[in-house]
Amino acid sequence: MQILMASLLILLVILAVTIAVTKRLLPAVIIFMSYSVINSIIWMLLQSPDLAITEAAVGAGISTVLFIVAFKRMGLFEKAIDEESAKGTEKEASSKSGKEAENE
Amino acid sequence: MNKKFNKLYNILCVIFALIFIAAMIITVSALPNIGDATNPTNNEVSEKYLTDSSWETGSLNAVSGMILDYRAFDTLGESHVLFVATVAVFILLRRDEDSRKDLPTRCLNQSYEQAYDPILAKSLEFLIPAIFVFGIYVIANGHLSPGGGFSGGAIIGAAFILYLNAYGLESIERFCNSRTYLICSCCALLFYGLAKSYVFYVGANHLHSIIPVLADGSILASGLILPLNIAVGVVVSNTVYALYIMFRRGGFSR
Repeated sequence: MQILMASLLILLVILAVTIAVTKRLLPAVIIFMSYSVINSIIWMLLQSPDLAITEAAVGAGISTVLFIVAFKRMGLFEKAIDEESAKGTEKEASSKSGKEAENE
Repeated sequence: MNKKFNKLYNILCVIFALIFIAAMIITVSALPNIGDATNPTNNEVSEKYLTDSSWETGSLNAVSGMILDYRAFDTLGESHVLFVATVAVFILLRRDEDSRKDLPTRCLNQSYEQAYDPILAKSLEFLIPAIFVFGIYVIANGHLSPGGGFSGGAIIGAAFILYLNAYGLESIERFCNSRTYLICSCCALLFYGLAKSYVFYVGANHLHSIIPVLADGSILASGLILPLNIAVGVVVSNTVYALYIMFRRGGFSR
């Protein structure tokens, strides 16, 4: 039990640092969700099942959904996708921008 | 100059973070061990709650006996925080008829938000009733097993969100629009506030409801805790759903 608890706590620290370092938003939100899930397992090991249920429902479920909806509404995911496609081969990017210019 | 300042700023950030982490770790290591019998938290308050809550409040789950009976005003405040949060989001994000005209249709078209997904819709036909029943179980058994209004309400709110994503706004607005949201939330908060105010007004003697205070493991044996749990569950599920739909493109259509 001690080893399980220690490994969970270390994982929690690693995940927290990873969230802060991750540049892309969707992976960061998903890592945040896994952070909440591990947190709820820890509550369970500390014998507080009430908190574990609430953490799993609110932390892992609702807050993740709200983050994703809010980022989507702000258009941050679309921007990330654009940047990714821009990183592709130069030929593709140039032809795409040319097409966009034509459309405009 | 600016580059130099940025570099200095980054270095100072790291130093400050290290100092803060060190202070936190030193503080935590000075805390008493979890579950130690000589801890300062093991005083007469928790002893009173653990020994007396089952026959005084009728709740076998000491936690819900505490948050819905001994510290019921605390929970009332928490429910109001949720309600005020939704109202603030309403004020910031809701669009009335006048401002809807000025916006491009892309911002208002709810069907832009998602395409109909047959896999999601078919699988949710089986999943959504199960989630609803589980949420109702968690709320109704709040005084017997872990759970209660907050967690059960969050589960039911998640079921609403899934329903909205699978079947679209039109089908969910048949039974859940902004009007039903306001009526349900206000009724639940009013019921909670009035019931608890009455109890405290008569000197924390328990309100003699039809439901007896027995603590024998049946659902209708906990006095006011079951109705209060239901009220909290209604408020939480409404809040979760309303926050989601306001952050979505378009928001409530009515």
